[in-house]
Amino acid sequence: MTKMSGAQALLESLERQNVDVIFGILGGAILPVYDALWGNKKIRHILSRHEQGAAHAAEGYARASGRVGVCMATSGPGATNLVTGIANAYMDSSPIIALTGQVPTVGVNSSYMIGRDAFQEADIIGITTPITKYNYQPRTVAEIPIVVNTAFYIATTGRPGPVLIDLPKNVQVETAEVEFTNKIDARGYKPVIEPDLAKISEAAKLLAKAEKPIILAGGGVIISNASDELMQMSDLLMAPVATTLMGKGSFPECHPLSVGGIGMHGNPAANKLMGEADVLLAVGTRFSDRATANLDTFCPDAKKIHIDIDAAEIGKNIEVDVPIVGDAKTSLKILHAALTNKLHKNEGSAWTKRVKEAKDQLSPLLKEMPKDLLPKALLTELRKLLPENTIVTTEVGQNQMWSALYFKALKPRTFISSGGLGTMGFGFPAALGAKVACPDRPVVDIAGDGSFIMTEQELACSVTENIPVTVIVLNNSVLGMVAQWQRMLYKRRYMAVNLGKTPDFVKLAEAYGAQGFRARSIEEFQKAVKTALKSKVTTVIDVPIGSEEDVVPFVPPGCGLPQQRGDY
Amino acid sequence: MEVEKTKIISVLVENKPGVLHSVANLFRRRNFNIESITVGPTEQKDLARMTITVNEDEKTIDQVIKQLAKLIDVIKVEELEHGNFVMRELALIKVSVPSPKERSDIINCVEVFRGRVIDVSTDSLTVEITGTPDKIDAFLNLMKTSGVIELARTGITALARGAKSIRIDE
Repeated sequence: MTKMSGAQALLESLERQNVDVIFGILGGAILPVYDALWGNKKIRHILSRHEQGAAHAAEGYARASGRVGVCMATSGPGATNLVTGIANAYMDSSPIIALTGQVPTVGVNSSYMIGRDAFQEADIIGITTPITKYNYQPRTVAEIPIVVNTAFYIATTGRPGPVLIDLPKNVQVETAEVEFTNKIDARGYKPVIEPDLAKISEAAKLLAKAEKPIILAGGGVIISNASDELMQMSDLLMAPVATTLMGKGSFPECHPLSVGGIGMHGNPAANKLMGEADVLLAVGTRFSDRATANLDTFCPDAKKIHIDIDAAEIGKNIEVDVPIVGDAKTSLKILHAALTNKLHKNEGSAWTKRVKEAKDQLSPLLKEMPKDLLPKALLTELRKLLPENTIVTTEVGQNQMWSALYFKALKPRTFISSGGLGTMGFGFPAALGAKVACPDRPVVDIAGDGSFIMTEQELACSVTENIPVTVIVLNNSVLGMVAQWQRMLYKRRYMAVNLGKTPDFVKLAEAYGAQGFRARSIEEFQKAVKTALKSKVTTVIDVPIGSEEDVVPFVPPGCGLPQQRGDY
Repeated sequence: MEVEKTKIISVLVENKPGVLHSVANLFRRRNFNIESITVGPTEQKDLARMTITVNEDEKTIDQVIKQLAKLIDVIKVEELEHGNFVMRELALIKVSVPSPKERSDIINCVEVFRGRVIDVSTDSLTVEITGTPDKIDAFLNLMKTSGVIELARTGITALARGAKSIRIDE
């Protein structure tokens, strides 16, 4: 037992969880914690320029490294500015801890107190209840170590997610005898890891008989580090692997059995083959509407096996034949063992031939490099320019869908995108977080001009804190994805999508102390990327593209995957 | 309320602030409809039991239970098996009494329904009735002619029959 303040107890508890960095912005109600950070050698504080940036950076850190990302803000507006980032982490199942200051529960000045609508008071517990896995407001110093332990345990286990700890100012300041233990307190929380063996055997029977099996890999495969097991499963079944946007990178997209992403802007080969399969093995996916499109025509002829660690995802969006609740890695391993000896590899089967044929005919690959600076050309070229271990983040909109289609992810945790919430402005701060987690690897944010403007202020953070990343702005001076919808679905009635005079991104970069290049040709683009990769400072590459460029193919809203349209 | 269609879910939760908020919020956010909810302490001081009645189809009930089970503060959640539980609701009904003749009619009714008169004034009676929701509905129906001034119903509370229990794992 040691006597210390709540702020010190918090930091000590974070250190015990091996926290080495906090992204945050301070303010009145969190000052005691910042004061305790003064002189701390174990935890680096990175000053974001907007709390949304801090939360996204924490998520980028978490998703690149598999460790917990931590962000911190003051009470009131500081806390509410974190909300978008917390909601994003919740939708994409990312383990982050959000620390917020709160006005005191008791105080000398009784008008500066929780529940009195004090200055910068916001009910962040109430606000974040539906977008956190759990949240806490410790009322005593002594409970802080167990609260922090439990918060980390909840954030990282089962289906990961954000946990918020709201710290009333008096609790940060008060002192008490504090005991540090490894104890956690969550008796109602028991994540299931081991799958039910009866279900595994049912799944094995289905797969053993399958003539046209297909695997759909979601973000859960990446979270549970199950890429090797996925590869072994695909190899055993000779089954093509399609991914969701969140699952991109779980299976190398250069592999002969990789058929790319499914969904509204999915790879046509993947969308087509999903409709032809007789058994679907879905792993770590929640069958989001953007992935499945209209459910009536989603995998209509296939028996469906669904592995997910979250029991509530089973049967939520689609009915399945074999539900398996369990960790993706563990379940795939056990299923693999149950299948071995039941199967012998059949490389020349009609199905593998069909997969190859579908890929040859349908994949949106570039046969030759076009003369114009088209996004597909840029992104195909970008893959050649970037080392395999490069971490790519994206913004949201056309830039994201083009990246999903044309930029091949080769390894897990190298493609980080806002899948569920679709948060414009996510990519750049997430890139900073990824770079902090993996300082020795190149990090590139593929952006659109509309998205980049939403969190562009983090350039100041990137330059000041010396976190060099590369931002590629596909600049069409328009909110491209919604413009595309207006073009295709609203009779070209362009309402509020024209960005007019967008800033000169080269000068903008320079104004922040970063470097900027403009690429008007593939050659200039190659040169700019190569220079950026060698630079020790953040680089913004502005690439002007046509404002009427579409992301195609496209499954219009309400239609099914087979109704994909558009030339590509 | 049609009792046959109604499903009763018994939820054992941590007895601490904020739990009711997260449960109620879950119903709102997932677009599930609560018919009634009762909350109170259990035989264990640190646990509370919520009895939630829901009028939804099987698929939705399955989701309700799974989503409830996902909440960290929910220790256990179970649907009470049809016909295999006991349930009660309590209602307080304030009835207007225009004449002494009606007063004795109402008191007779109360006796038939095994209720109690718990407050009397010159022109009103307050009655307590306990039973299944349809029994309370039937009593209310009879009171319509006299005029119900105020009504407070607790919603259903229920337990599984026999030795079966929804408790924290020992």
